[in-house]
Amino acid sequence: MNDISNAVMEALHLIGGADPKLLDIVLLSLRVSITAVAIAAVIGLPLGAAIAVKRFPGHHTVVVILNALMGLPPVVVGLAVYLLLSRAGPLGPLGLLFTPTAMVIAQSILITPIIAALSRQVVEDAWKEYRDQLRSLGERPLGAALTLLWDVRFSMVTILLAGFGRAAAEVGAVIIVGGNIDGVTRVMTTTIALETSKGNLPLALGLGMILLAIVIALNATAYVVKETAQQRFG
Amino acid sequence: MNISMRAPLSLLPLRLHDVVFAAGDRRIIDGVTLTLEAGPRTVVIGPNGAGKSVLMRLCHGLLQPTSGRIAWNSPELPGAPRRQAMVFQRPVMLRRSALANVAYALKLAGVAHIEREARGRAALRRVGLDHLANSPARVLSGGEQQRLALARAWALRPEVLFLDEPTANLDPGAAQEIERVISAMHDAGTKIVMITHNLGQAHRLGDEILFIHQGRVLERAPADRFFKHPASAEAARFLEGELPWQA
Repeated sequence: MNDISNAVMEALHLIGGADPKLLDIVLLSLRVSITAVAIAAVIGLPLGAAIAVKRFPGHHTVVVILNALMGLPPVVVGLAVYLLLSRAGPLGPLGLLFTPTAMVIAQSILITPIIAALSRQVVEDAWKEYRDQLRSLGERPLGAALTLLWDVRFSMVTILLAGFGRAAAEVGAVIIVGGNIDGVTRVMTTTIALETSKGNLPLALGLGMILLAIVIALNATAYVVKETAQQRFG
Repeated sequence: MNISMRAPLSLLPLRLHDVVFAAGDRRIIDGVTLTLEAGPRTVVIGPNGAGKSVLMRLCHGLLQPTSGRIAWNSPELPGAPRRQAMVFQRPVMLRRSALANVAYALKLAGVAHIEREARGRAALRRVGLDHLANSPARVLSGGEQQRLALARAWALRPEVLFLDEPTANLDPGAAQEIERVISAMHDAGTKIVMITHNLGQAHRLGDEILFIHQGRVLERAPADRFFKHPASAEAARFLEGELPWQA
């Protein structure tokens, strides 16, 4: 019991003192996960919106697969990206394995389906409401997809945060493709895993607290943004 | 000569030939043959479930007939700006300002960017909403949103305007405003085709009445004659039911 309270005190001390090592780890985590969210958004939002408004043979199958991909196990994604980027793999010559770029690639693959599937759901609901009106005005399906994406932009904030939460919290993919190299590819989750197994609880706990605080702060912001926007724009 | 050759052919008349629209086994529209000409305001009435809205959506191209033919005099080309508009019972507005909603419709109609704001503002003025141009459209009241829907249609200067019970959810004052705008659009040369459940409104706005019953056009007559001497027993019963105090 005493060990734990000591560890908590030390963790708070690390945070309060803005320990440079801890700061580096937090910043790398944010950089990797935010970049992954940006990439996943650029692909996933238009993709989800297009699937929502376009009807084509096999539409149901695509939706089911997309929803299933939301549950992709991070370690499997990590393994696949590892094989792609490893020296013998097809992208081996790029020399990306065990770099932050590799971690960004893995996390982008992990969360693109999440962002696409959730935005498909939101846009499809909006499409049901707007379809007749937009078609009456002569809008074509792909134009409607973009119009609707913009119209549900406040819900998109929540979706992007869901993607960020998943990326920032996963450990399986980044530890495989990043390698958890001190000062290079060590992020919050991989450090927590490593330091816990080494018995270095203060650093692990400190990072855990920061990770939780970030996720809570982001969700609070998203909530406020959505509520104010809803009141203002209906 | 040159000018008349360039002027686009009129959309109207619209010809429906033996149009059927079925959902499963049920024929919601059951063999309608009909021609809508430019000019007179056509008001569509009939009991609930008669198929009025479906008929209007078929005409406007939102639904495809199961069988039969629907042909405009000069058909709209796919992808070209639409020359007809529709106002729905429940107005659907995008999450942007009132003016931006009109501008969006103008963009789809191929109106140049620099013209949109002026034309949008002019349309808002027509319906008395210019002071709300920059308000978010979806927080306007029901009556204001319906006027905005009309402004959006007005700005498009359509040849034909379909209205599906545009005043069904409005109080009498707001409904009167809407009727005023519809009349103004008629005066400006737009063909009006309107569904209503309000027989007073049908009387005020209708030049001719189209009475729909169980998916068929049972009667078509000038408004005065229809209300005084309905030709079909169904129409007579419908009028009695809707106006019991006159029975």
